[in-house]
Amino acid sequence: MIVFTGVKKQYDDGFQAIKNIDLEIKEGEITVLIGPSGCGKTTTMKLINRLIQPTGGSIRIQGRDIASLNPVELRRQIGYVIQNIGLFPHMTIAKNVGVVPRLLKWDKDKVERRVDELLGLVGLDPDTYRNRYPSELSGGQQQRIGVIRALAADPDVILMDEPFSALDPISREQLQDELVRLQQELRKTIVFVTHDMDEALKIADTIVLMKDGEIVQADRPERILRYPANDFVKSFIGKKRLQSAGTELVAPELAPSVDDVMVEQPATAFPSRGLAEAVKLMERRRVDTLLIVDKNRKLQGTVSIYNVLDQYAEENKTVADVMRPVEHTVPSGTSLAIALQLMSAKQLSNLAVVGEDNRFVGLITRGSVVRHMADLYASGSNGGDAYASVIV
Amino acid sequence: MNADQPLFVRVYEYMADHSDELIGLIGDHLAMVFCGLALALVVGIPLGILCLRSEKLAAVILGAANVIQVLPSLALLALLMLALGLGFNTMVVGLFLYSLLPIIRNTYVGLKQLDRNLVEAGRGVGMSPIQLLVKVQLPLALPFIMAGLRVAAVIAIGVATLAPLIGGEGLGRVIYSGLNMRNDVKIYAGAIPAAVLAILADAILGWLQGRFKKGSHAAEA
Repeated sequence: MIVFTGVKKQYDDGFQAIKNIDLEIKEGEITVLIGPSGCGKTTTMKLINRLIQPTGGSIRIQGRDIASLNPVELRRQIGYVIQNIGLFPHMTIAKNVGVVPRLLKWDKDKVERRVDELLGLVGLDPDTYRNRYPSELSGGQQQRIGVIRALAADPDVILMDEPFSALDPISREQLQDELVRLQQELRKTIVFVTHDMDEALKIADTIVLMKDGEIVQADRPERILRYPANDFVKSFIGKKRLQSAGTELVAPELAPSVDDVMVEQPATAFPSRGLAEAVKLMERRRVDTLLIVDKNRKLQGTVSIYNVLDQYAEENKTVADVMRPVEHTVPSGTSLAIALQLMSAKQLSNLAVVGEDNRFVGLITRGSVVRHMADLYASGSNGGDAYASVIV
Repeated sequence: MNADQPLFVRVYEYMADHSDELIGLIGDHLAMVFCGLALALVVGIPLGILCLRSEKLAAVILGAANVIQVLPSLALLALLMLALGLGFNTMVVGLFLYSLLPIIRNTYVGLKQLDRNLVEAGRGVGMSPIQLLVKVQLPLALPFIMAGLRVAAVIAIGVATLAPLIGGEGLGRVIYSGLNMRNDVKIYAGAIPAAVLAILADAILGWLQGRFKKGSHAAEA
């Protein structure tokens, strides 16, 4: 457990980076320090391994005041993952990973075994990667090495300073997942600095939200979403996230009908169209299926790109020749819930909505459902009134 | 020796006839240069590191080294001769002083250009200042230090031809005796090996510098 008591940091020019912080970082948890730039989150983290010295208050790790410890010794007990990776370019991967064990004077065999074990832990083959240099690895691989370097000497506390911010979104997601997975095994006390709320919500056990050198709110992610302490927290979390945390509050009688959700002008074609025209139309509308309607908009059938391409060589054929009958439709006015049940039961990618006489009115697609959801939350967040009325 | 033969033939013949003497002089020449450079490395690298500690110190140290560099070599050697007397040691001190600036400056620049992130990473994993210097900073600054050594070596080989003026040995002896006797052949016989030495030193150190660069940033591009 890491306990901050009345910690302050004032620079020589009078700037107060940290104003009187009290904080308890729980053992075996990921605590995320988050806030806008300049809020003191990185400074707070660097106080823990004494890369920055506080000008007031005390920090205790497991009850020991770190001011009484040798900073070099202290840092060897604390894993450190730096922003922008920070691997030593002149050292091989094995040397980089083993740097702290070697500083701690472990014997060579033990260091080598540990390095191989750690490489395996993040899915990098030791025989392939041991003797490579950092520049020969991708960004994601490099930061995996950065993470296992911090784990090398099996420290109880690990500090991570925006470790994934320089990575592309896909690598970032992967590394976040890996961190969560590793943490389930390792149960380290991790202090993680980020400015990305999605990242914080994904990995944090506790989120500490900071602003101007002070802690605004420190709590479980779930509680921060549900009970934001003030407007700053609300705006930092973002309205959409607050909305989705409250989704279960939507009353069932307000559940939308298929008419609210359907696409009113999906790609349709007359039965007399040729196959090449059909392909062109699909290309232009970016769809893989056309609905075939006659002049009275009566639904005749459906044609997928596969049906068309199968027979494409036959120049005289029209879509009427290749179309399949539409097996499932719902009448206009059906509730969305029923339509969705049908779609999931029959594994349909879309569902036509018809009026009287089988007249085609619109189409429900997965995309249209998602869009509807998005609209719902966006409009709901514009005014709390809409919600209030729902709850009453 | 036939004075009617073309100059290069006579130079070649002279060099062949006096090969033992010339090789001895090359040895003396290199000995002075090596001693001067070694001293400059031993003193210059720590001074370069010291420069990193504070901007003020850097200004003082680099300024002083710069003043030495600006002094005309003959004047510097004459002053040293007054203080230290004639001989090998005086010349070595002269070469040492001349080599200082490139080495101090390049050590300083090499350390200063390092990615701050790496220095922070080194501190963060628990390296002491000495370990940080030896394991991270100096290895990464090595290509720069090598470049400084290369410049210093070429300058030193040139300046070392002045050695006979203050009682030293080296290829300068042949050149000056040629000058005194108005003997073109002797002048060439001294000047050509001196030039070749400088070119070789530049090439060899350049190659080494390239290797270090590769090692320290292994295929960073």
